[in-house]
Amino acid sequence: MTVNVDHDTIVGRGNRDGAQLFRDWFADLTAAAHAQRGGAYVFVMGSLTELLRTFDFPIVFPEINSLQTAVRRIAHEYLGEAEDFGYSPDICGYVKADVATQLRGGDHPMGQIPKPTLAVLTNACNTYIKWAEIWERMYEIPIVTIDVPGSRAAGQASDTGSFESDRRYVQHQIEELIPVCERVSGIGFDIDRLRESMQHANVMSRSWKRLLDLNANRPSVFNALSDGTIYLGVANGFRGTAAGARYFAELVDEMEYKAEHGIGTLTEELYRLIFVGVPCYPIFRRFTELFTEWGGTFVNSTYLWFASGGSNVGFEYDLDRPLESLAEGLLVGVRDAMDSMFFQSELLVSMADDFHADGIVYHPIKSCRTVSTGLADTRRHVMKERPVPSLFIESDMMDRRVVSEAQLKNRVDAFFEGLAARKTRAAVTAD
Amino acid sequence: MALAAGVDVGSTQTKAVVIDERCAIVGRSLTDTGANVIRAAEQAFQEALQNGDLREEEVEYVVGTGYGRYKVTFGNTQVTEISCHARGAVQMFPSTRTVVDMGGQDTKAIRVSADGEIVDFCMNDKCAAGTGRFLGAASTALDIPLDQLGPTARRGERPVKISTTCTVFAESEVLSWLGKGKKIEDILLGVHQSIASRSVGLLRRVGVEDEVTFTGGVARNVAMVDALNERLEHRVNVSEESHFMGALGAALFALDHILTSRVPAGTGGS
Repeated sequence: MTVNVDHDTIVGRGNRDGAQLFRDWFADLTAAAHAQRGGAYVFVMGSLTELLRTFDFPIVFPEINSLQTAVRRIAHEYLGEAEDFGYSPDICGYVKADVATQLRGGDHPMGQIPKPTLAVLTNACNTYIKWAEIWERMYEIPIVTIDVPGSRAAGQASDTGSFESDRRYVQHQIEELIPVCERVSGIGFDIDRLRESMQHANVMSRSWKRLLDLNANRPSVFNALSDGTIYLGVANGFRGTAAGARYFAELVDEMEYKAEHGIGTLTEELYRLIFVGVPCYPIFRRFTELFTEWGGTFVNSTYLWFASGGSNVGFEYDLDRPLESLAEGLLVGVRDAMDSMFFQSELLVSMADDFHADGIVYHPIKSCRTVSTGLADTRRHVMKERPVPSLFIESDMMDRRVVSEAQLKNRVDAFFEGLAARKTRAAVTAD
Repeated sequence: MALAAGVDVGSTQTKAVVIDERCAIVGRSLTDTGANVIRAAEQAFQEALQNGDLREEEVEYVVGTGYGRYKVTFGNTQVTEISCHARGAVQMFPSTRTVVDMGGQDTKAIRVSADGEIVDFCMNDKCAAGTGRFLGAASTALDIPLDQLGPTARRGERPVKISTTCTVFAESEVLSWLGKGKKIEDILLGVHQSIASRSVGLLRRVGVEDEVTFTGGVARNVAMVDALNERLEHRVNVSEESHFMGALGAALFALDHILTSRVPAGTGGS
């Protein structure tokens, strides 16, 4: 904990510095693109950036590039171009925005995106595999898919009897990836560089878990939807870097300071909410306001779990056995990310208890069947287990054609009217 | 005795209700919403006052509801039509556990607890399939006034199967059945059954629990009541005031405000 900190300096620092790091990252990508350097294309669930950085690849997260087009309110241009190129309106919006980015030669609202020279992915999302095949066809680049065994059933996560054989299976695939990276980059594998990168990742994982835990505080110290998404961007884009480790250490300082001084995100935190799904990026700020206007804030989100590649587990690498531990970390993280999407019922029940949730907001989206398909069943299960009211609202993460603010507002308002009535009734009963 | 009012600005019609402190409706009105939503709200409110021979000063609090609730510029606050329809339905039928509200552009399914609290709700998304608009399209295609759709459909004996639920395509499908020589009443019966099927789908998403109360403008349609009864396999509650249920709920919320804001006699004076 930092002592004698100045309030104005520390509060809000995470958002300011996060935005700056983001700009720096895209400036670096732009410079790499201008220098004709190819990027390593990776995904948020199982990025393996700790390893890829040791080969000096510029790291490109196409999912983040795509969502940025929506946040900057120009996703429809990209989606339209991909659809004109023949992609169906029903295909993942992230994929289509990336296809359009490639068709534009890397032009992106935040700069210039390098072309891929290598793609590394996991099976955490089935679309990852078909997406990478697009780059393979476009650029004839190598793509390496790491097959990460998932949990066999709900509640049987990474510590089951099959764990060691699963870990070895993942390690073997990483060992196959390394020579591909050497060949593509022309740089030899350096295990000490890997250790250094993993050490930074350890700080980030530890901090990410601490950050999420701190939001159980009342009032919560950050909004898991709006602020959390900024932190998530840094967690992915800077994983395994000194800058990322420093950022997260300072972010934890900020949040501990806020917790200690009772500083929340709203003037009055009336309702503590959990968000389930992927954010509505086309109206990102407004979407959050629909809730904060009622005194509702998101204290946790499954998005911060699966889209951080399972960093919420707080797994730390054993630097004495880097490759073995890298495989273990990838297995634990990706498995947890998948569990956060596919086996989330019990996780949500615990989350509702631990974070004293007043409500749960489910946000299935048209673009992504992977995260949306099970939400209705999950909701039914959680409603049966806990008397926590929930809201089910549908829109999209990218496509403004299926985002109706008026319809969303109507449902959100009705949800809060119900929460308010419930609160009033509880107060009367208590009297 | 203080009066409270609710103004429900819907996509096609605006309804206003004035109630007294015993929750009795003392004035009501119905007007087409049209393009000028603010004027429609004002007109509905004034006509409700006229209907009850009431003066505006007697109304202490006004709640706006419906999609145009923020256009009730003379209102004191706004409440969503989801809460208002539930409130109105429970007031009218206290054993209500499920509400189906069929309006001009959306259909809502609402489940309420024994103490009237909204447990869950869902609505049609992005599309007017299964709403009053679908009936409007059939009315246009068949050149039959809206209020005659129900009685005409009731005469149907061999309902056609309407395959589209898309309001835009409804008209062409109705015309295609006419082209095949089907009777108008059989086509209309098919249209009603199609809408009922879609609405019951929404109800099942929130869980159908007896009693079910049918609200909204379409509740005046006798064939739709029949179709819902048949699909749900029990009778739904329908009131003479079903069309005004949202406005009634809004008026009840307004009355709540009046009653809770009164300072009990003998307190605080010095």
